[in-house]
Amino acid sequence: MLSIKNLHASIEGKEILKGIDLEVKPGEVHAIMGPNGSGKSTLASVLAGRELFEVTEGKVKYFGKDLFDLSPEERASEGIFLGFQYPIEIPGVSMVNFMKTAVNEQRKHKGLEPMSSSDFLKLMREKKELVELDAALANRSVNEGFSGGEKKRNEIFQMAMLEPKLSILDETDSGLDIDALRIVANGVNKLKSADNATIVITHYQRLLDYIVPDYVHVLYNGKIIKSGGKDLALELEEKGYDWLKKGETV
Amino acid sequence: MSLETVKIETKDKFIELYHENQDLLKSDSPEYINSIREEAFNHFQKLGIPTKKNEQYKYTNLDQEFNNDYKTYISPKNIKFQIEDIFKCDVPELNTKVVLLLNGWYYDRENLLEELPGGAVIGSFQKAAQVYPDLIKKHFAQYAKSEKDGMVALNTAFVKDGLFLYVPKGVTIEKPIQIINILMDEESGLTQHRNLFILEENSEASIVVCDHTLSTPNFLTNSVSEFFIDKNARFDFSRMQNEHNGSKQVSHLYFQQERDSKVNTNTITLHGGLIRSNINVLLNGEGCENNTYGLYLTDKGQHIDNYVHMDHAYPNCTSNQLFKGVLDDFATGAFNGKVLVRKDAQKTQAFQANNNILLTDDTDMNTKPQLEIYADDVKCSHGATVGQLDEDALFYLRARGIKKKEAKLLLMYAFANDVIKAIKIPALQERIQDLVDKRLRGELSRCNSCQMHCC
Ligand SMILES: Nc1ncnc2c1ncn2[C@@H]1O[C@H](COP(=O)(O)OP(=O)(O)O)[C@@H](O)[C@H]1O
Ligand SMILES: [Mg+2]
Repeated sequence: MLSIKNLHASIEGKEILKGIDLEVKPGEVHAIMGPNGSGKSTLASVLAGRELFEVTEGKVKYFGKDLFDLSPEERASEGIFLGFQYPIEIPGVSMVNFMKTAVNEQRKHKGLEPMSSSDFLKLMREKKELVELDAALANRSVNEGFSGGEKKRNEIFQMAMLEPKLSILDETDSGLDIDALRIVANGVNKLKSADNATIVITHYQRLLDYIVPDYVHVLYNGKIIKSGGKDLALELEEKGYDWLKKGETV
Repeated sequence: MSLETVKIETKDKFIELYHENQDLLKSDSPEYINSIREEAFNHFQKLGIPTKKNEQYKYTNLDQEFNNDYKTYISPKNIKFQIEDIFKCDVPELNTKVVLLLNGWYYDRENLLEELPGGAVIGSFQKAAQVYPDLIKKHFAQYAKSEKDGMVALNTAFVKDGLFLYVPKGVTIEKPIQIINILMDEESGLTQHRNLFILEENSEASIVVCDHTLSTPNFLTNSVSEFFIDKNARFDFSRMQNEHNGSKQVSHLYFQQERDSKVNTNTITLHGGLIRSNINVLLNGEGCENNTYGLYLTDKGQHIDNYVHMDHAYPNCTSNQLFKGVLDDFATGAFNGKVLVRKDAQKTQAFQANNNILLTDDTDMNTKPQLEIYADDVKCSHGATVGQLDEDALFYLRARGIKKKEAKLLLMYAFANDVIKAIKIPALQERIQDLVDKRLRGELSRCNSCQMHCC
């Protein structure tokens, strides 16, 4: 479903992604790991359509379409979901209004009628339960005054509401305690199907105890320097990244 | 070919106009009004129309706007229209008492003063000046001072009609009163109505004002309203400025609040070519509360200039000012707010904020919040921001499938909502929410086609 070829991207003239190749097929879970500053969030943002970053080289196909021909909202409506590393607070926009607008805009894109209010509220209730999101949070402004953990859970809640085909979860685990981590992972696993795929970006192997990846990639300095199966994550946990970094320079 | 132009000063035109119409102006006004009129005229001769050199009017060139040949309404012009045809009610819950001013004159000429339950009176200022001389003498021109502002002097020199409201001690007017200012004529005109609102001790009223233009010529307004809010009285004042963009208006509101009184004002500016709103508040007793809010949504060549002067003269008063604006295209604006805390006004709480969103690079906004504090035990803050829509928030919304245009609207609407939330009458709040939404979507056109559905 997603095919990234030799992707280069930069910001303010500084190259951050230096030739990424990645293939993701339906039903797969990919983990991207790597030290801080290696470009994981940049990759996620570029895939979601953030204009801040300039794509200087390479191609990305999503279900056969050139991804860069689509606006961020079109990508979302075509099933790409980015779980933000740092979810944004939007004072004055209620969660309900935000989700209702998002759901209906995506339905419009697919040529469907807007959802009725009662159906929408039912859906909200169901999904809130799925991720054990405090009901009161849904009545507040988007992420405003949410704790770090609540923000992350809210990302998964939105994912559950929008039922994407390709979810890119950027450090959804960081800042979560073990219970919250389990709830988040549980949410992801419940939404998993043979038709959709997930890219989990993480720092820690611990999330991968709950969300079992088919592939693990190490991103370092704008490049994927190593790919493997789920065992690679364990190896990284044990040995850190240094042995790979050295390997790169050889 | 040589062309010699003699520039007549704007001031001189009005001086001449005054001399020409003096008899007519004075003819049906009582003596006490005419002596104030004379005084005001003398002040106007000294002050003239403020130019941009005047610090208070630095960002709005009034001299240029008033230098024209618009006719002034020295006497009411007989224009008839079917009110029912123009205003059809689609907010039944907004059950208001409706009164109209047409080009500054009380519209119902058959019924110039009307008694409301509890002995309250609403009607024509001119008529009230004849019927209630003692009451009017006590308040007229007591709060709006001609010696301080040439525009107030001009209004006072030409004072004729406007709106009068009197609420006696202890009386609560349940229904909001809706005042519709209509400008309508086949030729361009200058309107200078003069309003007086008197709320006695422990009384309560709420007012909704809608400013409208119902015909295409250009209009100019220079209106003055005085409000006397006696001890423990509660007063709510919301207004919607929605004239066509060929119209210019200067309005002056002067509030005097006595002990423990509470006043809320909301100024919602949607359309209008040039709008200068002055709000002056004197907190003249302990325990007063004043909330002065404003929202302006402007585009094209609109110019909006808000000026607020909040005078804390006594201890233990609270004031909040919040003005928010969204400027699009090449609209320009200014905000100048001053909080004065006098020496004895201890325990004052005064807050002031002005936040602006500029949607294009061609817009221009000047904002100057000021605090002048002479007391030492006070809690005051002020702040101003001029910025763009939050790019991170915009991307976050778009990343969920919300189209850019819709995402921008959501953010602008959220921004505006802080002011709308403060509108006390629920049905009006809803109505304004809807109007603001339409305005932001560009679906609210000028009001000849009246989308306000005021009553
Ligand atoms: N908005 C930005 N402006 C400038 N540099 C940025 C910006 N975002 C990221 N970078 C830089 O790009 C590099 C990669 O960052 P990021 O993608 O956030 O890494 P990771 O998610 O792997 O920690 C870092 O060097 C970071 O400083
Ligand atoms: Mg990151």
